[in-house]
Amino acid sequence: MTYFIVQSLNGLFSAALLFLIASGLTLAFGVMRIVNIAHGSFYMLGVYVAYTVAARTSSLLAGTLLAVLVVAAVGFMMQRLFLRRLTAQPLPQMMMTMGFALFFRDAALMIWGGDPFTLATPSWLAGAMEAGAVVFPKYRLFVIVVAALVGAGLWIVSERTLIGARVRATVDDPEIAAATGINVARLSGGVFAAGAALAAFGGVMGGPIIGGYAGMDFDLLPLAFVVVIIGGMGSLKGALIGAIVVGMIDNFGKALVPELSYFTLFAPMVLMLALKPTGLYGRA
Amino acid sequence: MAERSAPRAWRTPGLVLLAVVLLASPPFLSAYWVGLLTQVVILGILAMSLDLLIGYTGLPSLGHAGFFGVAAYGVGVLSTTYHAGVWASVTGGLLTGTLLAALFGLIVSHVRDVYFLMITMALGMVLWGLSFRWIPVTGGDNGISGIPRLEGLVGLPVSGPVPFYYVALAVFAVCGGLMMLLVRSPFGLTLQGIREQEPRMRSLGFNTWLHSYLSYVGAGLFASIAGIMWAYYNGFVSPTYLDLTASSELFLMVTLGGPSTLVGPVIGAAAIVILKNVMSAYTARWLLILGIIYIVTILWAPQGLWNLGGRSKAE
Repeated sequence: MTYFIVQSLNGLFSAALLFLIASGLTLAFGVMRIVNIAHGSFYMLGVYVAYTVAARTSSLLAGTLLAVLVVAAVGFMMQRLFLRRLTAQPLPQMMMTMGFALFFRDAALMIWGGDPFTLATPSWLAGAMEAGAVVFPKYRLFVIVVAALVGAGLWIVSERTLIGARVRATVDDPEIAAATGINVARLSGGVFAAGAALAAFGGVMGGPIIGGYAGMDFDLLPLAFVVVIIGGMGSLKGALIGAIVVGMIDNFGKALVPELSYFTLFAPMVLMLALKPTGLYGRA
Repeated sequence: MAERSAPRAWRTPGLVLLAVVLLASPPFLSAYWVGLLTQVVILGILAMSLDLLIGYTGLPSLGHAGFFGVAAYGVGVLSTTYHAGVWASVTGGLLTGTLLAALFGLIVSHVRDVYFLMITMALGMVLWGLSFRWIPVTGGDNGISGIPRLEGLVGLPVSGPVPFYYVALAVFAVCGGLMMLLVRSPFGLTLQGIREQEPRMRSLGFNTWLHSYLSYVGAGLFASIAGIMWAYYNGFVSPTYLDLTASSELFLMVTLGGPSTLVGPVIGAAAIVILKNVMSAYTARWLLILGIIYIVTILWAPQGLWNLGGRSKAE
């Protein structure tokens, strides 16, 4: 039983990171119909920038803030200067993000080298919590709580604010949304930047455990895609459920049958595609 | 995707030039350039096979290098671990790649557009993960080396880069010819109908699922042939053959050259192979350059090189 609880908590930790990252991917897709291959790059850039800033200022908070801001700016520029020229052309847009993904991958290798590193764990989160027989690292619990707060924040923005209403309208039908006076182009830039920021934040949150290493961008990308495929593209609720499903399966799969870890992960995706290609909450 | 546009005056001389270079130049070239030309024809087969999917059926596959790599592994494992003969190895590689395509096809053939893209990418990652982690069979990151040379095995009296090149060129010509026949056949026209208007094709009574499936398996078959040739060319197989970078390089060959032309992807393959090797003499930053080529291509030559100089976009 203890084993089961600890593994479930580990699964929730993976799910928390996946939710932070996949929510950005699914938002960008919902508003712009962009399959963003460079999303894993945002995640990677996030942890690298945080590492550099934290090393210079010895402040994790400054590292986190700057990482999120820098990557959001990168995403914003990418959308405004490049992707906007290809509005409503999903395949060319996808290919352009792939160009950026390759570019960022090699640029990161050039700037930071290929050596793996981890971010420091904040001192007040070091150590473990004990509840009866269950011992669990504090930092992982912290990430689960933070992701839940971010999820709640996203939900409030989406359901209770004007910006959220505009985003939802654009997800439903970009043309009608534009006709009612919503500036879809500007909204797209904002949403794309927010998605990039979420991915970077996910990278930083995973930093003390997963850290940064060459190739982390393409390691993560298929996981984020599986989450979005299961949950349905464009749906926040879908991203949440998809992240929990994938996080749990990935974790238990690795613990129980390590040789098959890739297969246990992709099996639910295949099943979902066979039964409902648009995912749990996606629209055709 | 782009409609096929009016024939262009420079295309015929271009084709003749290409044929002359491929047929006649190798005896006069250094071993280095013969090697590059060999890469061009083998990857040309692979790029054409992906064009069947992207250009003709309208299915953007981002995991196509998987079949190429799996077939190469088939040859590698059979000819080194099991010391199988050349025909057994070739057949084994071909079967592994094609059967895998037949299996994956069941999963992906009812999916379209961005979903197709993401699923093929994820499946490609599964294969890459397998090649990387199934160490007893694949050798993991080290790959498999020591694949014997092909020329002697198939009974050629001479060996070396030039004879191997002509073997590869012959395979290229046969595969290219078959694919050309395929896309001009009623079956190929149906595929293009699916690309343009799937609901209409369905209402006309075509089984669009089956056509997409067969197109996917066919593309996997030709990709396997390319993978077999690649294994013999390098004498070596490694996980880099089927990673996401390989699949995206391949995607770029098709787009850069010009989708739904078959010739275009070969030109794209030539451009990428030559550029990659020439640039690697000066810099290790190939991916950076590849990324920039991607972005530039999409912005300024979205229809590909082979379609340059015509209508920018047919409706």
